Amino acid sequence: MSAAEKKFVYGIFNDDEVVVNAIGTLRSQGLKVKDVISPFPIHGLDHELGLARTRISICAFIYGMTGLSLALLMMYYMNIFDWAMDIGGKPSFAFYKNLPAFIPVTFESTVLCAAHGMVITFLLRSKILPGVEPHIIHPRMADDHFVMAIQVKEDTDLAKVESLVKAAGAVEFKS
Amino acid sequence: MHKESELRPPLILGEKTWHDITEDVCRPVESKANKWWKIAFTVAVAGLLWWIISVSYTLGTGLGVWGLNKTVGWAWDITNFVWWVGIGHAGTLISAILLLFRQKWRLSINRSAEAMTIFAVICAATFILSHMGRPWVGYWSLPLANQFGSLWVNFNSPLVWDVFAISTYFSVSIVFWYTGLIPDFAVIRDRAKTKWSKRIYTILSFGWVGTAKNWQRFEEVSLVLAGLSTPLVLSVHSVVSMDFATSIVPGWHTTIFPPYFVAGAIFSGFAMVQTLLIIVRKVLTLEDYITIYHIDMMNRVILITGSIVGVAYLTEFFIAWYSGVEYEQYAFINRATGPYWWAYWSMMTCNVITPQLFWSSKLRENVFATFIISIFVNIGMWFERFVIIVTSLHRDYVTSSWTMYSPTWVEAGIFIGSIGLFFTCFLLFARVFPVIAMSELKTIVKSSSEGAKKKSNQSNH
Repeated sequence: MSAAEKKFVYGIFNDDEVVVNAIGTLRSQGLKVKDVISPFPIHGLDHELGLARTRISICAFIYGMTGLSLALLMMYYMNIFDWAMDIGGKPSFAFYKNLPAFIPVTFESTVLCAAHGMVITFLLRSKILPGVEPHIIHPRMADDHFVMAIQVKEDTDLAKVESLVKAAGAVEFKS
Repeated sequence: MHKESELRPPLILGEKTWHDITEDVCRPVESKANKWWKIAFTVAVAGLLWWIISVSYTLGTGLGVWGLNKTVGWAWDITNFVWWVGIGHAGTLISAILLLFRQKWRLSINRSAEAMTIFAVICAATFILSHMGRPWVGYWSLPLANQFGSLWVNFNSPLVWDVFAISTYFSVSIVFWYTGLIPDFAVIRDRAKTKWSKRIYTILSFGWVGTAKNWQRFEEVSLVLAGLSTPLVLSVHSVVSMDFATSIVPGWHTTIFPPYFVAGAIFSGFAMVQTLLIIVRKVLTLEDYITIYHIDMMNRVILITGSIVGVAYLTEFFIAWYSGVEYEQYAFINRATGPYWWAYWSMMTCNVITPQLFWSSKLRENVFATFIISIFVNIGMWFERFVIIVTSLHRDYVTSSWTMYSPTWVEAGIFIGSIGLFFTCFLLFARVFPVIAMSELKTIVKSSSEGAKKKSNQSNH
């Protein structure tokens, strides 16, 4: 499969329900609907397109557990192992005795690592970073228009695709 | 599609389309500032300058320029710190807790409330740094290896917990806020007319394109961040309260402090949101989005949290008597009847009595009354922290060291100036950032706007 053989054409819609319904219709007519670009999240769109569930919350859990472990390890090393302080007759000699006092920092570290780790993963995985040039297909695709990306071959009859896409409710067709 | 009862008041007035929302929200960003904005900005920058002068004088000369003395070693600095941190809490409550509770009315107000959170925490952090006396060694509060032997920070100390809590809260709030801003910056980017604004908003929007996978991840990230921010915001003011509650000073040493401080924080935060949004909706003509219904809902939160705060005040008094500890009892009697009685009764009037007016739906739906009451609450919550901090300290165990505290012009300058700092940030935000979360608000146009409700009403009958 080389890039020259396949390309994308776009159907522009102006209603979220129409575009979601069009996915099934056009797929049953043999078109390869790959993606829908929308100005806001559409409920059920990922299901309709057949996208797998995102695993980003599993990442967040792992980052959180890492933050929790690092915080406990840090406090154990600093306040119990390396230099146990005896302040106000309350010595820091045993980890389990100090654990209640360590809870707040452990919690904050868990949240810190989970939140930042998850957002960094999201940005890298979706390739949204400062300096990335967006691929703008329609000037109002972030405003109130919906762009459906359909994969076609070089030799596909585009006039036929256009008529199908327009019959499914598109207001515009771009190839 | 999600259907909503016509009996519920619409969240967007007028027959708005998605494009109308884009136009209305982008207008302040794309047009020139009006006269009112310029006047407000000038006043705010003047306050900011006063803040810079006062802080510079403090740092250059030393903490002796403040009114603190040997007995009252903490006063306006920590009062202002707690006041600002508390104000910040409403933003997180609106964007995180109301998201988990699926309260759609959060959508028009979450962006500006979160901005308020971030600027309020910045103001709070400046008080921490300036009250250190030697802020250039402020890094001593961090767990860093150092040259003074194996001496680490003491993780049993609530002040160290606070360093972690506030910095986590600040950075997570910024990330939460910015993630939501990315798709909205993309809207402004695609509409930008000039080369420079196109370039700036392209960088700010991180090249966002709303593909199905991006939105799927975006929604998951928002949900998990809300889940993380909810216990975080509750922990932050709990930890702030432990700065006091874990000490043995009568009047501070109280186990109800964490929930009492959290309720007070949400109470004062919503009051500040009201103060800001009542002005914002007028100046930026967003009355169709920030409706009387939104104001009513926020007033209900103020009523609830104000009542919790009132109960907490009375509980403290009761427990002081019931504990049988004479020092504790004296601390409270001194609060109400001692030389600082006026601060105590200002607090009681502003925080306990005024919010009770919101039992009346007429007042809850009255913009002018809401504005006045919100100012009262802001003042009352400032006095609450002043009362807790100064009246508990000024008459300690040793009668010979009893004294009074009064601030100098420098402390007044830092406090008034910090309000200038806050408004400078907020006014800049209102000019260059979309003040309403457009992409999120567009999801409810078909279910909760006035136009949609009219349409479904016609088709039903």
